[in-house]
Amino acid sequence: MTDLTRFTIASAREHLRKKDFTALELTDAHIAAMESNRHLNAFITETADLARERAKESDFRIKNGDALPLDGIPLGIKDLFCTEGVQTTAGSHILKGFRPNYESTVSQKLRDAGSVMLGKLNLDEFAMGSSNMTSYYGDVINPWKARGHSADLVPGGSSGGSAASVAAHLAMGATGTDTGGSIRQPAAFCGIVGVKPTYGRCSRWGVVAFASSLDQAGPMTRTVRDAAIMLNAMVGFDPKDSTSANLPMPDVEAALTKGVKGMKIGLPKEYRPAGLNAEVGMLWDKGAQWLRDAGAEVIEIDLPHTKYALPTYYIVAPAEASSNLARYDGVRYGLRVPGKSLDDMYAKTRAEGFGKEVKRRILIGTYVLSAGYYDAYYLKAQKVRALIAQDFEKAFGKVDAILTPTAPTAAFGLNDKIDDPVAMYLNDVFTVPASLAGIPGASVPAGLTAHGLPLGLQVLTKRWDEETLFRVCQVLEDSAKFPGLKGER
Amino acid sequence: MSLDKATVRRIAHLARIDVPEADLDPMVKELTGIMNWIEQLKEVNTDAVAPMTGGTDMKLAWRKDAVTDGAQPEKVLSNAPDKHDSFFSVPKVVE
Repeated sequence: MTDLTRFTIASAREHLRKKDFTALELTDAHIAAMESNRHLNAFITETADLARERAKESDFRIKNGDALPLDGIPLGIKDLFCTEGVQTTAGSHILKGFRPNYESTVSQKLRDAGSVMLGKLNLDEFAMGSSNMTSYYGDVINPWKARGHSADLVPGGSSGGSAASVAAHLAMGATGTDTGGSIRQPAAFCGIVGVKPTYGRCSRWGVVAFASSLDQAGPMTRTVRDAAIMLNAMVGFDPKDSTSANLPMPDVEAALTKGVKGMKIGLPKEYRPAGLNAEVGMLWDKGAQWLRDAGAEVIEIDLPHTKYALPTYYIVAPAEASSNLARYDGVRYGLRVPGKSLDDMYAKTRAEGFGKEVKRRILIGTYVLSAGYYDAYYLKAQKVRALIAQDFEKAFGKVDAILTPTAPTAAFGLNDKIDDPVAMYLNDVFTVPASLAGIPGASVPAGLTAHGLPLGLQVLTKRWDEETLFRVCQVLEDSAKFPGLKGER
Repeated sequence: MSLDKATVRRIAHLARIDVPEADLDPMVKELTGIMNWIEQLKEVNTDAVAPMTGGTDMKLAWRKDAVTDGAQPEKVLSNAPDKHDSFFSVPKVVE
């Protein structure tokens, strides 16, 4: 029998409707793959029984001709989305045993579209990391290996479980969240597509908050078309999130065939610092040539405040995180460590419940917001953030889309010691500026290094212009003919 | 820019995170490293720049000031580490 984990969402959808196989068979194949790949540690919680139940419901609807847009499609949900009755950890010890009584808007929408949840995916603790090495539930292993080497590699982060599960064909797609690159960078490291839509497209309601002015959910899939299908189901106005956009969403799946003829594409010169990895630079040039070949005009542009984006992010994000994470106090849910007084209980609970990186960011955030430092750091960062957003606005006066590398390197080794936090933060140097500006961005797998590891190219467009984003991504995908982990998609 | 031990102790207290005395020195070093790296923002002239305070330029929507949810004490308390009737229990606060 054909391996049912080989299909894309788009093709599986057709086969299900033609009744070539059932949703239950498709789900069972993915459950088997999930269970035989536990060494990747991609899932924190597997929900096989629930998945089979939902697959049967899908089969019933399909049989009756009432198929929903994602009926019977097995997906993984990043364990940052609250799921009703299913443990939700955010990769942290402090949420020990937490079972939400509600479903996040995004996971509810995916459920309402008929998709089947396979389980909850591993991530960096509270989505703070670029390697998935800060999870309380252990490291996720990238299913890719360097050619001729057996060393385990990181999947990137924070959506590391999402990226690994989709790349290894355990799930057909997964939700991710992106605060400074947490969808795009792991997508690049694992050779899949990752899309961060415009801030405000996907409701943040029920998503464990990291930095509220930056957090945005998006799809992670093996093809651009699959990302479009998933994103169409995830977006929409939600009165429960005050920053949710009440704007129509373009049909990004319908836009895929429109091409880039006549478009202007910008290459920001600040993204090519001296010392840029040669393979990354070469792939970027190749990507630009693919777009030229498809009829686009490619020009150099300036984004002069690029170098300040990371330090700005490391004020804004920790400041917001320190406020958001104040709620974990051992009173209402999760871990509680007894103390002599209420304050002592808070301090002991938070000392034991939070990991090292989370504590580090809470302390930075507390410091930059504290009396006497607020103007010097937080307000200053908000002003530089405005300049970074203006850089993009000016650029989009000249170009329709921007092309850059997604990450400065391919996936690194799980055992490559990165002790310096700032060195780790540099992984997000190309993704953070767009997060600060709130614009949409996507990573498309575009090539392999000499060692056979995936590299991604990033596409950015102006706010609310996901249509152009997907058009460019589709051309890159068609030109790159990226093989995928299993040599086919 | 250099943080000292007393400052780190103070912010750890503000953040309600117990930091053992032995961990303070490495933490001072790490946080100082990060803050020094952040200092480069001082080079940027932001005199006439309005701060960007959110992820979007949309105006916040208005809604009716009405009760839309509530009266579900069992659900609210279902994850409580310690509870008493329909209350969360905590160590004694008032003597």
